Amino acid sequence: MNGVHDMGGMHGMGPIETETKEPVFHTRWEARAFALTLAMGAWRKWNIDASRHARELIPAAEYLRMSYYEKWIAGLVELSIEHGLVTREEIDNGAPSVGSPKAVPPLTADKVAKTLAKGGPASRDVAIAPRFQVGQRVRARNIHPAGHTRLPRYARGKLGAIDRDHGVHVFPDTNAHFLGENPQHVYSVRFAARELWGKQAAPHDAVYIDLWDDHLDPA
Amino acid sequence: METHHHPHDHDHDHQVVPSDLTLRVKALESLLVEKGLVDPAALDALIDTYEHKVGPRNGARVVARAWVDPAYKQRLLTDATAAIAELDYTGRQGEHMVAVENTPKLHNLVVCTLCSCYPWSVLGLPPVWYKSSPYRSRAVIDPRGVLREFGLELPEDVEVRVWDSTAEVRYLVLPERPAASESLSEEALAALVTRDAMIGVAKVTL
Repeated sequence: MNGVHDMGGMHGMGPIETETKEPVFHTRWEARAFALTLAMGAWRKWNIDASRHARELIPAAEYLRMSYYEKWIAGLVELSIEHGLVTREEIDNGAPSVGSPKAVPPLTADKVAKTLAKGGPASRDVAIAPRFQVGQRVRARNIHPAGHTRLPRYARGKLGAIDRDHGVHVFPDTNAHFLGENPQHVYSVRFAARELWGKQAAPHDAVYIDLWDDHLDPA
Repeated sequence: METHHHPHDHDHDHQVVPSDLTLRVKALESLLVEKGLVDPAALDALIDTYEHKVGPRNGARVVARAWVDPAYKQRLLTDATAAIAELDYTGRQGEHMVAVENTPKLHNLVVCTLCSCYPWSVLGLPPVWYKSSPYRSRAVIDPRGVLREFGLELPEDVEVRVWDSTAEVRYLVLPERPAASESLSEEALAALVTRDAMIGVAKVTL
């Protein structure tokens, strides 16, 4: 979707503000919001692409106003309702509905270290031929899907070259909508900075973007 | 909270009433615990992991090892996921790692313009500025200006490569080893390596 989250190349966002000795979490609610999101993910009712899309669906003005973990909480609430783990009434009341069953959490404290160490690889061990070879010239498709895509607007229609092949990965553009993992090759594609931004860019600079077979055409 | 440039502007990215969010998140947690959907002890363990165990010291050890061990460096640049796993750094948001090397003629910078993807297994959780709209919007169109804001002025003949983390591949910048550091041990070198250098917004200095 052409949302405000797709902000590569935008102007007007202000200066970059850094902090010295920045804590991992600034407040306890940030820490709890982070942990709740990971712990609820363990139900495997959704996937990381759907999580990202849930945050992209936050209305643009709200998205820009909200802090990072506030977006996480907003996304988590919507996903939890959508996938039937809670009801909106329960969220509003802050308590389980009368007669709602008590579940057993899939992620318990003893499983945390192992679960984090294992992670959730996006690679898939399937023999799928790459559509492109390293060095090949490609053009990013000029697509504007209303749903989730990992092809940023600033690269659409632009010419690049395959820099490396990362192998076969889940395709987020379909996976986010539960339309299948659609595994395919993902590549690091090199775009000359001047191809993306014109003469204002330095002549030898480049931007490398990870894109999938379905984002690219031969050029 | 102290900041470099704008001592009172931190709330720019946190401009919400904290008490409101404290209450909302508390209410959500108690609901999810009461429904048996989450284990509060698991939440504590998740937080403890990223507050105390997984952070940029991991990445610094990888970098220092690469500086002192040419064979390791080669493995890191060929298959970063496996090389980093040799030091036992694996897992969430580090499943597919790529290391990119800075040289006197090449500077790498990492961003995620679409969200805030970051290599947790080697750097921990990202700082606020990395997740902020100013950094995400500008790193790709004006990397040299961004670097200047971080106090790093690069000569024109240095090629700048920006890595936009749009997939599940996570990038670690292998900074240049500082000059005159030959006598330092691997451990002393690791102590010099900063998070910012491994994102690409700083150099490592003695």
